[in-house]
Amino acid sequence: MHAASPDRISPEATRTPSTSAMWLRTISMMSAATLLASCSDGVLDPHGPVGNAERVILYDSTAIMLAVIIPVIVLTLVFAWWFRARNKRARYRPDWEYSGRIEMIIWSIPALVILFLGGIAWTGSHDLDPSVPLEDSTAPLDIEVISLDWRWLFIYPHERIASLNRLVVPAGVPLRFRLTSTTVMNSFFVPQLGSQIYAMPNMVTRLNLEADRPGTFEGLSAQFSGDGFSDMRFDLVSTDAEAFQDWVNTTKTQGGVLDATTFEELARPAKNDGAQTYAQVSQGLFDSISSGHMAAVSPQRGQ
Amino acid sequence: MMGRLSWAAIPFDQPVVMIASGTVGFVIVCVLALVTVKGWWPYLWREWITSVDHKRIGVMYILLALLMLVRGFSDAMLMRSQLALAAGHAHGYLPPEHYDQIFSAHGTIMIFFVAMPFVVGLMNFVLPLQLGVRDVAFPVLNSVSFWLTAAGVLLVNVSLVVGEFARTGWLAYPPLSELAYSPGVGVDYYLWSLQISGLGTLLSGINLLTTILKLRAPGMGYRQMPIFCWTALASNLLIVASFPILTATFAMLLLDRYCGFHFFTNELGGNPMMYINLIWSWGHPEVYILILPAFGVFSEVVATFSGKPLFGRRSMIMATMVICVLSFLVWLHHFFTMGAGADVNGFFGIMTMIIAVPTGVKIFNWLFTLYGGRVRFTVPIYWALGFMVTFVIGGMTGVLMAIPPADFVLHNSLFLIAHFHNVAIGGVVFGVMAGISYWFPKAFGFTLNERLGKAVFWCWFLGFYLAFMPLYVLGLMGATRRMQHYSNTHWQPLMLVALAGALLILVGIALTGVQLAVSIRQRERNRDVTGDPWNGRTLEWSTPSPPPAWNFSLLPQVDRADAFWAMKQQPGTTKDRNLKRTYETIQVPRNNPTGFFLAFCAVLLGFSLIWRIWWGAGLGLLGAIVVCLMQAWRTDGEIEVPVEKVAAFERLHGPKERAV
Repeated sequence: MHAASPDRISPEATRTPSTSAMWLRTISMMSAATLLASCSDGVLDPHGPVGNAERVILYDSTAIMLAVIIPVIVLTLVFAWWFRARNKRARYRPDWEYSGRIEMIIWSIPALVILFLGGIAWTGSHDLDPSVPLEDSTAPLDIEVISLDWRWLFIYPHERIASLNRLVVPAGVPLRFRLTSTTVMNSFFVPQLGSQIYAMPNMVTRLNLEADRPGTFEGLSAQFSGDGFSDMRFDLVSTDAEAFQDWVNTTKTQGGVLDATTFEELARPAKNDGAQTYAQVSQGLFDSISSGHMAAVSPQRGQ
Repeated sequence: MMGRLSWAAIPFDQPVVMIASGTVGFVIVCVLALVTVKGWWPYLWREWITSVDHKRIGVMYILLALLMLVRGFSDAMLMRSQLALAAGHAHGYLPPEHYDQIFSAHGTIMIFFVAMPFVVGLMNFVLPLQLGVRDVAFPVLNSVSFWLTAAGVLLVNVSLVVGEFARTGWLAYPPLSELAYSPGVGVDYYLWSLQISGLGTLLSGINLLTTILKLRAPGMGYRQMPIFCWTALASNLLIVASFPILTATFAMLLLDRYCGFHFFTNELGGNPMMYINLIWSWGHPEVYILILPAFGVFSEVVATFSGKPLFGRRSMIMATMVICVLSFLVWLHHFFTMGAGADVNGFFGIMTMIIAVPTGVKIFNWLFTLYGGRVRFTVPIYWALGFMVTFVIGGMTGVLMAIPPADFVLHNSLFLIAHFHNVAIGGVVFGVMAGISYWFPKAFGFTLNERLGKAVFWCWFLGFYLAFMPLYVLGLMGATRRMQHYSNTHWQPLMLVALAGALLILVGIALTGVQLAVSIRQRERNRDVTGDPWNGRTLEWSTPSPPPAWNFSLLPQVDRADAFWAMKQQPGTTKDRNLKRTYETIQVPRNNPTGFFLAFCAVLLGFSLIWRIWWGAGLGLLGAIVVCLMQAWRTDGEIEVPVEKVAAFERLHGPKERAV
């Protein structure tokens, strides 16, 4: 989901402009590219209910705080300038150091803002608790996420298939994730869908998301996990229900079997080198990994 | 014999490292040769290395921090240039195994070896002078603290050439930092250098805390204490309460790595979450250890250059102490995304926001201190105004991330990086720079060049906005921290802007060097003969610049805040009043090499432990014990300064007739 890049330059722009005009143009083009890109990527361009709600919180709280912060910045500059030593019109009050009324106000303003934002924080962390299933009439799709060094494994427990580095989901269906890690901590994050959550060894975390329309969204690890960390990116492909079912059916006929033995092979440290699917996954694989009962849980990394 | 140490530890195959360390080595050799040829060793040994004078130690802390700022900033330049290049299919010029060390070293150095020595150095220099006393409570311990910090610095820098540094990020989260996933010596360098310097910081905290609580000028109760001393009190309380947590946490990780324990491992019931909780229950107070003294500097600077007492002094003190207490109740906001429940997240989110209330009050207090003032636009006030404008933005993004659902999408993103640099640069660095230009004349007897000082300010100020505003945007676009390359080429223009900002800050740092050199050349022109170049309000300005080893020939009598301002308002000059009192012999502590020798032993101990050279570790430990015992059984602790010498000093440098 990238913005159209502004690399097509209009004919006028190819004339030889003056240096300052060129600078201006460069700056404006860069800011335009930035604005475009920031609007069509990342957390400000959500494609799911969780991301949408979080964007509302981002906007609202920023607006509330800006209402106080902008006046403070302006007043700082105005006071400093007006009361400059050379300004003879400004009244010097060398002993003025206390005013009960002003003190009242300056404790109240931040307190009121925080009262308000505190409410947002409290309700927000309950409404958007990552572990609470989304309210939706559609039955959720269960997905088990295992972070490896340095790839992502997605198991579909009911379909009994698995996919490496590519997460295919139906649009409009709540996604119910359980996450764990084979080795170190990672954070599972698809910026355009909303909340991230850590994948941690010997622990299971839960996350609920939903993509509200088909598309491809970039996912990543947001917690540094070693040398291959930068490549721990994956595509989350959201499709309509029919295409998803097709994908499940196709996957069931292709690729190998994922059981304890093949998993041990897979869990060896390796850089992300593309997507792969498994036609069959042995029962309880996720649970045996998350409970630390897999032999392959802690492969030594080479020196 | 040499443990794991061999020639293979030196990265001959990495040109970047070899050139960098070669240059540093060359510079060090040149400096040592110069000192030897010029015969400066006796002077350095006598006046600086073995000095237990808090002013000298403060200056050495700040010099150390400036030096490490250059190191830490070189890391920053490497990171920014790497990310400016590594877009799309390009992977830049730093491979992950090298890049990972650079960002870990950058964070570690900037917090522990730049920000901390800056702040501790300022407190060391200023506190006794503001409190109206002759030294800190434990002068020799003070020297030990400094030298232990220096030992940590040395170890961190040795890791550049011999072996490697941690590749885990600046807080070394397990299980990544455990032996299973970081088998090299990098994490050991990290742990031992921070254990050694952390001990120094703890001792320094105890020392300064005792000084504030037990040594104050006659008549100076807590209500009369200058505001910088109040913030230092809060900061040192936090040091004393939180650094033991850090030491204990690292000790557990060391036991895991060296003795096969399982505190934080994946096996046998180890639990990494315990480390995350412990490290942040040190880590969050640490933030306030750094920022509170900076708030103190701004309070002094704004009041002095507005020619007014600080507005709402009681509020300011209350706000400081509220922050001091609350800072221990917010650590979990660093990991809202680790699956704590809604109640826990909500609680810690709200606690975090509550800290914004006293902080907001402080901002308003400075604002109303300006109001009705006669503001002189000197370099320190530039930093203060730059801080007020910048810090509120950092505060806003901080409160934003304290809202758990907002943090769910911003955690670990470049937005977070922008936020904490916003408060660390806009708060701590600006505060330290303000403090340095404010107290420099007190330390050296002449003021710094104002024009260059303002140029330095503009470079940092604009450079900060150029470097970090793009990072806010990038964070919202989904860019995460610690990535060595990225595929989304739309991020590259912003990365280039950030690089330009870093370059501007680089110019600022270089100009600081120029400013120092120029100011030293012009010192006769900018000589501070009065001891009070800014028309100051607190006791340090009542001493000559630079003050004598004993600070105050006569201990000042204090009956209110802004004691020196009040003295200046009374009829007659300070000289007249001093004539009415007679001098006494003053005892000052004798030079003491304990700190230097202890640091030597600590480096030997740390280096040997890192490389598992057990005989070296034994030697280092034994040496340290012997040095401590010798210190304990020393017989001559102090020298007496005779009355005549004090009187002669006062005749020469004492307060002159001064228009008030």
